[in-house]
Amino acid sequence: MKRNFMKEISMERVNEARNEILETIKNHQLTHEQKVSKMAVLADSLMEVLEYPEGLKELMSNDPEEKVICDLGEGHAPVRPRYIIPDYQAFLEHGSEFLGLTPPRDIWEATNALLIFYKHVPSVTNYPVYVGNLGELLEPFVKDEEEAKKAIRLFLIHMDRTILDSFCHANIGPTETKAGRIILELEQELEQAVPNLTLKYDKDITPDSFAELAAKTALKSAKPSFANHQMFKNELGDDYVIASCYNGLKLGGGSYTLCRMLLGNLAKKAHNKKEFFEDVLPQALEIMALYMDERIRFIVEESGFFESNFLAKEGFIKRERFTAMYGIVGLADCVNNLLEKENIEGRFGHSKLADDLGVEIIQAIDSFVKNHNNPYCEITGGHFLLHAQVGIDSDVDSTPGCRIPIGEEPENFAEHLLHCGKFHPYFPSGIGDIFPIEVTVEKNPAYLIDVVKGAFEKGVRYLSFYSSNSDVVRITGYLVKRSEMEKLKNGENVLLDTTKLGLDSVKNSHVLERKVR
Amino acid sequence: MKHVGIINKIIPFSAVDGPGCRTAVFFQGCNFNCQYCHNPETISLCKLCGNCVSHCPTGAIYIKEQKVVYEKEKCVECDACLKACPYNSSPKTTVYTPGKLVETIAVNIPFIRGVTFSGGECTLQREFLEEVIPLLSERGLNVLLDSNGTFSFEQILPILEQIEGVMLDIKAFSLEDHIKVTENENRIVLTNAVELAEREKLKEVRTVIVPELFDTKKTVIQTAELLQNYNKQSEIQYKLIKYRPIGVRKEKAIYSTPDTPYMEELKEIVHSFGFKKVTIT
Repeated sequence: MKRNFMKEISMERVNEARNEILETIKNHQLTHEQKVSKMAVLADSLMEVLEYPEGLKELMSNDPEEKVICDLGEGHAPVRPRYIIPDYQAFLEHGSEFLGLTPPRDIWEATNALLIFYKHVPSVTNYPVYVGNLGELLEPFVKDEEEAKKAIRLFLIHMDRTILDSFCHANIGPTETKAGRIILELEQELEQAVPNLTLKYDKDITPDSFAELAAKTALKSAKPSFANHQMFKNELGDDYVIASCYNGLKLGGGSYTLCRMLLGNLAKKAHNKKEFFEDVLPQALEIMALYMDERIRFIVEESGFFESNFLAKEGFIKRERFTAMYGIVGLADCVNNLLEKENIEGRFGHSKLADDLGVEIIQAIDSFVKNHNNPYCEITGGHFLLHAQVGIDSDVDSTPGCRIPIGEEPENFAEHLLHCGKFHPYFPSGIGDIFPIEVTVEKNPAYLIDVVKGAFEKGVRYLSFYSSNSDVVRITGYLVKRSEMEKLKNGENVLLDTTKLGLDSVKNSHVLERKVR
Repeated sequence: MKHVGIINKIIPFSAVDGPGCRTAVFFQGCNFNCQYCHNPETISLCKLCGNCVSHCPTGAIYIKEQKVVYEKEKCVECDACLKACPYNSSPKTTVYTPGKLVETIAVNIPFIRGVTFSGGECTLQREFLEEVIPLLSERGLNVLLDSNGTFSFEQILPILEQIEGVMLDIKAFSLEDHIKVTENENRIVLTNAVELAEREKLKEVRTVIVPELFDTKKTVIQTAELLQNYNKQSEIQYKLIKYRPIGVRKEKAIYSTPDTPYMEELKEIVHSFGFKKVTIT
C-alpha cells in the first residue's frame, strides 16, 4: 500500500490561512457552526498529502474564468467520503451498538432514533445528505394517523432547525404510504427548506392521487421533486436513493468524491472543434479521472475511515457499495463557444446543430468514463458515474449541467422538456431541470403530473417545480427561502449555510428570473 | 369538403381549460355579446375595414389582395390593433386546415392529455370540428368543448360521441337576466345542459359572478337545482368565476369584483345540492 509523505508549504501560505481564520472568527454574519466548519476547511487547505497528476495544477486555477477542474471544497486530505448513504432500515431493525440504541417500537421512538442517528452521519457539509426513504421507514410505525402526524411534524421541524444545510435529502415513493402522505401534507404547511425531498415516481406504481398531492405540495414548498423511478432502477437497481441535490447513489454506500469539469472554460482552450475533441477534452478528462483516483485511494487506503467509523463497522455502509461521481458543468457555454469559433450560427437549446454538438460532447465524456477503471468502484462496474453539476456560488458565466441558460429558454415548454430528454439519460448520478410554474396550476395539480409523465416517457430523469410566488425556491438543486435571503442581505444571521450560497447564486446566475411555465 | 378553422389563439400548455395539461384552442367568433366578456377581440370575424393597419407600430399588419395580413414575427404584442378595432375583432387570427391544426397540437404530445376547444364559440365552426376531432382521437388525445350552449343538439351529436364532454357556461338562469348579460335568449342553453347531463357529457358548468349585473345567487341556485340529479349519476364540476375587469371593454368595465365571503357563500350553496367539485377562480 502506498503512503504519501506530507509536502512542505510556504510560510506565506500558512499566514494567509491564519489571516482567513481570524477573519472568520470575527465575522458577524456567520453562526457559530458556520465558523467552525469554515475554520476546519481553512486548516485542511494547508495539507499536502495527495499526489497530483501532471497538468492538474494549471487546470485547477482559482480564477473563475480559467478554472477547468474543481473538487468542490472536498479538501486536500479527505477525511470521509463526500456523500454517505446509510442503510437506515438496518438501523431501525437492529439498533446501534455504538449509539447505544435498541430498535424503536413506536413512531416516537423511531423518529427520535433517526434524529440521533442523523447527527452522526458525516459528509462534505458535515450534515447528512441523505436521511432515508421516510415513507417506507416510518410506515410500519404509523398506527394512529393523528398521533403519527404529530410525531412527524416535530421530526421535520427538528430536522429543519438542526440540519443546517439544505443538501440534506429525504425520499418517498414510488408506492403510496400513509407516512408519505403525512409528510406531503405537513410540508405544505411548514414551507421549510430542509430536508430536500424527492418522490420516486413510476406511473405504473405511484397512484395519480398520491402524485397529485406531491404536485400540490411542490407548488407550495418547492418540493418534492420527481425522479424517474424506471430509469434509475434500470441503471442502479431497486436500492438506489436520491441524495444531496439530486444524486442517484446506492443505499448503504455513497460517493467517495465529486469532481467537476467546467466545460465552458475548457472550450476556451481550444482553437476549434477538432482540437477540442482530439486534444483538449481527452487530456482534461484523463487528468480529472487520475485526480479522482488519487482522492479515492487516500480515502480508502489511508484515511482509515472505513476501518474506524461505526457506520462501516456496524454494517450501515459498506465500502464496496461506494462509487464516485464524475461531474461536468456548463455544456451550454461549451457548445456556444465552439460554435462561435467555427463561425456557425445557432445557440444551445435553439438549433439542432448546437444540440447535436452538445450530445456529441456528452457522448465523448460518457465513453471516456465507461472506459476508465477504478478498483474501488466495483458496485458500478469499476467505473465512475456521470453527474451534471449545477455550479457553485462563485462561478461566473457557467450554466448548470446541461441546462439551457436562464433567459434563453425556448418559448414552448414541450421543446424545453424534449431538450432535457436528450441529455438526462447519460447521468445516472444526477441531472435535473427546474421550472417555476404559474400560480393557476395550484388548482389543477394533475397538469404537473401530465407533464411529468410525458417528460419521463421522453427520457427526462428528474424534474423540480415551484410556484412563481412561493417563499421556498429552488436555487440550482437545493432549496432556500426568499425571506431568509432577504434577512442575510440585511446583514442578519441566518440558520442555514445554504442561504448564503443561494443569495450569491441569485446575484450571479439570475435564478429568480427563470421562465415561468 | 375540407373546412378551415379561424383561430384566435392556441395555448400549448394550459392548466385552466379542463383537467390536467391540455392544449387550448380559441376560435374566432361568438354569437353572444356578454357585457363582461374578457376577450372581446374574439367576438367578431374581421370585416376588413383596415382600421388596425395604421395603428400597428411595427408594420406587422397590412392589407394585401383584400385580406388583412398579420406577420407574427414583427408583432410586439402591444395589442394596439385590438384597441383600434371598432368591431370586437382581431387581425391576429390564423386560418387552419384540420391537418395543420393537428400538426400544431401534436408537438405537445406526450405532455398533454387532451385538447380543449374554446373561443369565441367553438361550435359555430362545427364542420371544422367534425373533421379535426377524429384526427385528434387517432393521436390518443381526448377533447373537451368549452361552449356557451347555443348549438343545435341534433347537429352536435356526431361530435359528442367522440369527445370527453362539454364545459358549459350558464351565464344567467332567468331569461331576463340572460338577455341583460348576453343580449341573447337562453332556452336552448338550458335544454342543452340537460341533454348533455343525461348523456353524462356535461363535465363542468361555470358562471361568472357579477352581482351588480344580474341575480347571481338565483342563477347559481337554479342551475344547481336543475342539475343535481344528473350530478349523482356522473359528477359535474361547478366553477364559480369571480368577475375581474382585466381584458373587459373599457366602457363596460364598470362592475366591482365580488368579495371572497360572497363567493364562499355561493360555493356552500352549490355544495348543499350535493355537488362535491366546486371551485372558485
